[in-house]
Amino acid sequence: MNKTINQKAWFFVIPVFVLVAFNAIIPLMTVVNYAFQETFGNNVFMWEGTRWFKQIMLSERFHASLGRQFLFTFIILFIQIPLGIAIALTMPKEGIGVPVCLVLMSMPLLIPWNVVGAMWNIFALPDIGFLGHSLNALGFDYNFTQQIGDAWFTTILMDVWHWTSLVVLLSYAGLRSIQPAYYQAAEIDGASRWAIFTKIELPKMKKVLTIAILLRFMDSFMIYTEPFVLTGGGPGNATAFLSIDLVKMALGQFDLGPAAAMSLIYFFIVLLVCWVFYTLMMRNEEKS
Amino acid sequence: MKKAKWVVPTIYIIFLMLPIYWLLNMSFKTTTEIINTYTLWPQEFTLDNYKKIFTDSTWYTGYLNSIYYVVMNTVISVAAALPAAYAFSRYKFLGDKHLFFWLLTNRMAPPAVFALPFFQFYSSVNLFDTHVAVALSHCLFNIPLAVWILEGFMSSVPKELDETAYVDGYSFWRFFFKIFIPTITAGIGITMFFCFMFSWVELLLAKTLTAVAAKPIAATMTRTASTSGYELGLLAAAGSLTIIPGAIVIYFVRNYIAKGFALGRV
Repeated sequence: MNKTINQKAWFFVIPVFVLVAFNAIIPLMTVVNYAFQETFGNNVFMWEGTRWFKQIMLSERFHASLGRQFLFTFIILFIQIPLGIAIALTMPKEGIGVPVCLVLMSMPLLIPWNVVGAMWNIFALPDIGFLGHSLNALGFDYNFTQQIGDAWFTTILMDVWHWTSLVVLLSYAGLRSIQPAYYQAAEIDGASRWAIFTKIELPKMKKVLTIAILLRFMDSFMIYTEPFVLTGGGPGNATAFLSIDLVKMALGQFDLGPAAAMSLIYFFIVLLVCWVFYTLMMRNEEKS
Repeated sequence: MKKAKWVVPTIYIIFLMLPIYWLLNMSFKTTTEIINTYTLWPQEFTLDNYKKIFTDSTWYTGYLNSIYYVVMNTVISVAAALPAAYAFSRYKFLGDKHLFFWLLTNRMAPPAVFALPFFQFYSSVNLFDTHVAVALSHCLFNIPLAVWILEGFMSSVPKELDETAYVDGYSFWRFFFKIFIPTITAGIGITMFFCFMFSWVELLLAKTLTAVAAKPIAATMTRTASTSGYELGLLAAAGSLTIIPGAIVIYFVRNYIAKGFALGRV
């Protein structure tokens, strides 16, 4: 759509700008304040320069939690995106099945995150949980509160349970927007199912898939509540992802300087990845 | 082949329902049954857990608090986002692209980064432990999302609609409320759904910004679990009840989800 130039449009944007700035800029400045100074309370600050940043960048604890975070995000993207597409492809396209699938599949998305954690905790308990009990009955030695592998398995399974539906809904919406004429043309040409998928469906879903990947990246990168309730970051620090580690540092140990520096580095990494995605997305949009 | 297609969604839905079933199952059990035996369904069916929640004010006010600030946040977010999304979809103005990306960056900010400064900030303006504080803080991620989704829907409405209305002598605001908003109801429905969803499920900020008067149900749950021992049945009942508002909202927007997604950007 060709847009007209109108500087008065700013007036429409002002309410949004004020509300978000109120929430974003003032607290962010507080973080910046802490990141460069040392404080002993009572509003007494001492300039520390980049000391906290150096400390965080060199700390093994930060490297470890950053590594865990990337591994987790990579694994859940690798599972959820293909699985979501596969489910969207097999979903019914008309009839009573459509609302039934949509309503049931959206359920996990609307459960408060700590309830998700608590629910999976109860579900996976080795003695009285369905998952834990069944796995142990099948002969696996499963205990997610004590074994690192099991804790990771449970956290990933929980995230797949929680968020795959978002990918399904978005992919389904993308699939629905394909005109029937494309399929008819493919049928006339005698295209295989695989060819239809790679030549028609996938390109048409590109836009929604970018959004899905972007949303899943951002949200899994800031995951906090669910693993906190499920495993508490344990056993040891095995599932302490970035946010859990950060809150532990800021509110648990009250190391405000390093925590603030870590916040800024953390935010910067998310921003960087999302900027790359966003630029690619916009370039695609301009092309089409 | 046609029958086989049902297999994948069915298995997926069963996988989704299992933990929810287990939560419900636990909520109808007595504490002794939960601790002593492993049963696939309640042997001594009891409603005591639910009775406790509906009669104890620390429990049920948690629900009211949550619903109160979630609704407030949804209304604020959509009301503020409507004109802004219109501006982004129709006009070019100084800094529009940068502003749009800046808005999105706030959707990307990890709440853990903001928890402590938010606490200090809202305390200093005397809003700590109020519904308004939680509703406003959730605007941080809901307004950018609302603008993003609404802009997609509005861009799919041809500009000729605006121009025809002006030719017919409509003023801008009359056109906006009488013609434009009714055209994008599906989009507004979807946006409200997402705002409700993200405000309802968020806990970290809601918990940080409240103490007693505006404490959300989710925070009541975590505090009970840690203070008065591990009352699994009660916890399960409270958890089961938090699923209901979401389920109601999904039921109302189920047609919009299918239709709306296809129309707009998402």
